[in-house]
Amino acid sequence: MQDLTEAFVELIRRASTQLPADMERALRKARDQEEPGSAAQGALDTILKNVEMSRARSSAICQDTGTPIFTIHYPLGVSTRALADQIRRACAIATERSYLRPNAVDGLTGKNSGDNTGEDFPTMHFEEWDEEGIKVDLILKGGGCENVSTQYELPNSELDAGRDLEGVRRVVLDAVHKAQGLGCSPGVLGIAIGGDRGTSYLKSKRLLLRPVDDTNEQPELAALEQRLLEETNQLGIGPMGFGGKTTVLGVKIGTLHRLPASFFVSVAYMCWANRRASMRVIGEEITYA
Amino acid sequence: MRKLTVPISEADIRALRVGEAVSLNGVIVTARDAAHKYMIENFVKTGGNPPATEAALYQELKKVLAGGVIYHCGPVVQQTDGQWSFVAAGPTTSIREEPYQADVIAHFGVRAVIGKGGMGAKTLKACQDYGAVYLHAIGGAATFIAESVKEVLTVYKLDFGVPEAFWVIRVEDFPAVVTMDSHGGSLHELIKEQSAQKLTELIRG
Repeated sequence: MQDLTEAFVELIRRASTQLPADMERALRKARDQEEPGSAAQGALDTILKNVEMSRARSSAICQDTGTPIFTIHYPLGVSTRALADQIRRACAIATERSYLRPNAVDGLTGKNSGDNTGEDFPTMHFEEWDEEGIKVDLILKGGGCENVSTQYELPNSELDAGRDLEGVRRVVLDAVHKAQGLGCSPGVLGIAIGGDRGTSYLKSKRLLLRPVDDTNEQPELAALEQRLLEETNQLGIGPMGFGGKTTVLGVKIGTLHRLPASFFVSVAYMCWANRRASMRVIGEEITYA
Repeated sequence: MRKLTVPISEADIRALRVGEAVSLNGVIVTARDAAHKYMIENFVKTGGNPPATEAALYQELKKVLAGGVIYHCGPVVQQTDGQWSFVAAGPTTSIREEPYQADVIAHFGVRAVIGKGGMGAKTLKACQDYGAVYLHAIGGAATFIAESVKEVLTVYKLDFGVPEAFWVIRVEDFPAVVTMDSHGGSLHELIKEQSAQKLTELIRG
């Protein structure tokens, strides 16, 4: 198998410096909807200017280049250990080239490893598949929005939220209210219903890979996504928490089987700098999206 | 847009109100989690008598922080021929410094804190008591903001790691909005209250 280290560096560069087109479109639409001259519109103007500058200069959109979360689909016979080594090496090279900030610190002492590698850092999920070649999805998930991501257990008596979609609606609204501007709104929400605590959180993050403007295939979830998009924006928190019409740009909901005893709702809050990129390797050919 | 030059006078700070856009000029210093913990333990809790090993840095920080500005930021940096520069430098979430910020403002006579997301009651009171403001920069706008960082003068405590070190920088026309003023005004409190009312409506019908 070929050495993909440099290809992974390019994947990281793209994720860190180029905001996906669907996100940029959503931000432009939001900008046009805010009151002319408001702090909200000013914030979105700055954000859009920054997106253009970062792409032109190949510099990080946000200085918090986040936890790099890789999901790797590979066919039978590929060494996942070799891929993991190459990805770790690519993270170190991307740090040297300033596409990533040295962002991995010892869990206890806080000592920075200096190159974005460490215990379980970067995050990698390997999944064997039947298709040809390798596909790698990368999300860079910043700390500010990770800190406001959260998990609820239903029923929740404080919010009078039961084990149904209405209960889910209530806890998600509560999560967005609690986050205020701290997750760098306008954000995107990945919401997982079910699973155990761990799988639920994992699923909520993976939902962030969906395009911001797609529609859920399950009608009842599609309806809730639309309703939550409207209602979270009625909260009036606005870009950066300055107040305004745009608090959330997209809501993505998915489900997992769960134990009868447990009903978790996990909310992955992603900042406006929703940095994701994909790479496909078939034979010698490498393409990015 | 009001232009502020560091060191900033108390009168200039008292003139600022929530919602006003400012552009900042002069020498400021980055400090976030490790730096704030360090300042409290070595300078504030010792009543200004730091351990001998930290005394030199204390004198340097006193100079830059009197009438000065703290920026909650962990930058992406580059070093070319020994000279550092900022590549990406947006604000980090400020509320993590809430346990420390008021004491740091009081101890050094800091006039402004730049960050994102706002801060709490203790910091707001310190802004009133000592004549300081909280300035909100645009979160995530890292390349854009790095443009206003014209020069890295020096760095202290690089052993804390790049994001956590004290970076002393010269900025020109650094853009920010006053979201907590020295008269008890906080945009963050206002938005939190208004959105709480709306939340209750949406949940309870």
